[in-house]
Amino acid sequence: MSEALSTALELLVRFDPKLVEIVSLSLGVSLSAVAVATLLGLPMGAAIAVGRFPGRQTVIVMLNALMGLPPVVVGLLVYLLLSRAGPLGSLGLLFTPGAMVIAQSILILPIVAALSRQAIEDAWREYEEQLRSLGAKRTSAALTLLWDTRFSLLTAVLAGFGRAAAEVGAVMIVGGNIDGVTRVMTTSIALETSKGDLPLALGLGFILITIVLALNAAAYLTKELAQRRYG
Amino acid sequence: MSNGAILPLRLADVSFAAGGRTIIDGVSLEIETGPSTIILGANGAGKSVLMRLMHGLLSPTSGRIYWSAPERPGTPRKQAMVFQRPVMLRRSAYSNVAYALKIAGIPEPQRGALAHEALESVGLMHLAQRAARILSGGEQQRLALARAWALHPEVLFLDEPTASLDPSATREIEAVIRAFDSSGTKIVMATHNLGQARRLGDEILFLNQGRLVERAPVEQFFAKPQTAQAAAFIKGELPWT
Repeated sequence: MSEALSTALELLVRFDPKLVEIVSLSLGVSLSAVAVATLLGLPMGAAIAVGRFPGRQTVIVMLNALMGLPPVVVGLLVYLLLSRAGPLGSLGLLFTPGAMVIAQSILILPIVAALSRQAIEDAWREYEEQLRSLGAKRTSAALTLLWDTRFSLLTAVLAGFGRAAAEVGAVMIVGGNIDGVTRVMTTSIALETSKGDLPLALGLGFILITIVLALNAAAYLTKELAQRRYG
Repeated sequence: MSNGAILPLRLADVSFAAGGRTIIDGVSLEIETGPSTIILGANGAGKSVLMRLMHGLLSPTSGRIYWSAPERPGTPRKQAMVFQRPVMLRRSAYSNVAYALKIAGIPEPQRGALAHEALESVGLMHLAQRAARILSGGEQQRLALARAWALHPEVLFLDEPTASLDPSATREIEAVIRAFDSSGTKIVMATHNLGQARRLGDEILFLNQGRLVERAPVEQFFAKPQTAQAAAFIKGELPWT
C-alpha cells in the first residue's frame, strides 16, 4: 500500500505522459459535458422557474428525480442510440470522446437544470412584484434572474461537473475504455484496480479528488467574495 | 410619451379575495391629479392590497379598475411603485436605475443622463457605483425611489416606504417624497403612521377591514373624523383588538 502510494506520487511529480493524457481527456470530456449542460440547463431552469404552463409541477418532480439518473443506464441508452443499428448509428460516434460527452451531458443536464430552477425560483419569489412593477416581461425577468443568481448558479454548474468527472458507468459503456482514445480517470482507476496496478489507480484517484476539491474551494471563495461585494 | 394622462383612476365596486378571505370589500373611488393621497388604516386593513390592485400587480376578484388612458404594452409605464422592502438587483446603484430605464425601453444613450438625474434627486450620486444590496436600508429605499422616479411617472405608489426605517432615514425619505410631489407627480401612499400622513398628505382614504370608510382632506380627517372607526384609529384605539 505504502509502496503504491509512493509510486503514485512519483507518477504525479514527473508528469507521467500517460497520466497527463488520461487526465486531460477526462477534463476535456467532462468540461465539454458541463458546457453543454450549462448552455441547455440554465435556460431550462429559468424557464421552468418563472414560467406558467400546464404540467409544470410534474416537470419539476421529473427533473428532480432525474438528478439521480444511474450513469450505467444513461450509458446503455446512449449506447443503443449510437450503436451501428441504432437511430444515430450512422454518425459513427460510438467509442469516441464525442459519445462520452453526449452521455455525460445527458447525465448532468437534469442536475444543472433542477438546481438552477430552485435558485431562480427562490429569487423570483423575492423579485417578482418589483420586476412586474417596472414592466418587465417574463422573458426579460428570466434573463435578469439568471444574471442576479449567477453566484448560486455557479454551484449548480459545479455540482454537474462533480457528477460528470466522478462517474464511470456511462463513459465505460459508450467510450469502451480504449487506451489512448477513450480512457479517462475513472475508467482507468477501475481497470488498473482490477489488474492489480494500484499505483496508477491511486495516483489518478488522488488527482480526481484534488481537482474536484480545488474547483469547489474556488467556487466557494468566489461565492463568499461576491456575497461580500454584491450582497 | 405621446399618449395622454393616465389619471384619473377609477375603481368601481372593487373586491379582492384570497384564500377564502375578503381583503378588499366593494371599494369605489376616484383618484385625481393633484392632492397627494394617503391610504390610512391599521395593519391588515387592506392598504397594500388596494395599492397593488391599483398598480396592476393584482387583479380584482370582482369590480373594475380603469385608468383614463390605459397603458399600452411596449410603452414605458407612467406609474411606479415603491415597496416597503426595496428589492435591489445584484449590481451597482447606478445599474439598478439604468435597468429600470432599459426595461421601459429607453435607448441606451439616454439612460445615463436620466439615471444620474434620478440618483441626484435622492442624494445618492456619491454611491452610484456601490453595490446596491450592501447599501443601508435607508439608502436602498432612496435608491428604490430614484429607480421609480427615473422616468418621472405620473403616479407614484408608495407602500409604507418608511415602515422599517429609523427616524433619520424616514426624514430623508419624506423629503424626497415631498420633492417628487412638488414636481407634479401624484403621490399615493399607504401608511399607518399618523404623523407621516399629516406631514405628506393632502387627503386621506381611511380603510377599515377592506372597506373604504372615510375620505376627507387631511385637516378635516384629523380634526373631525366622520366615522367612529376613524375616530378610534386616530385616538390610537384599535377596536378589533
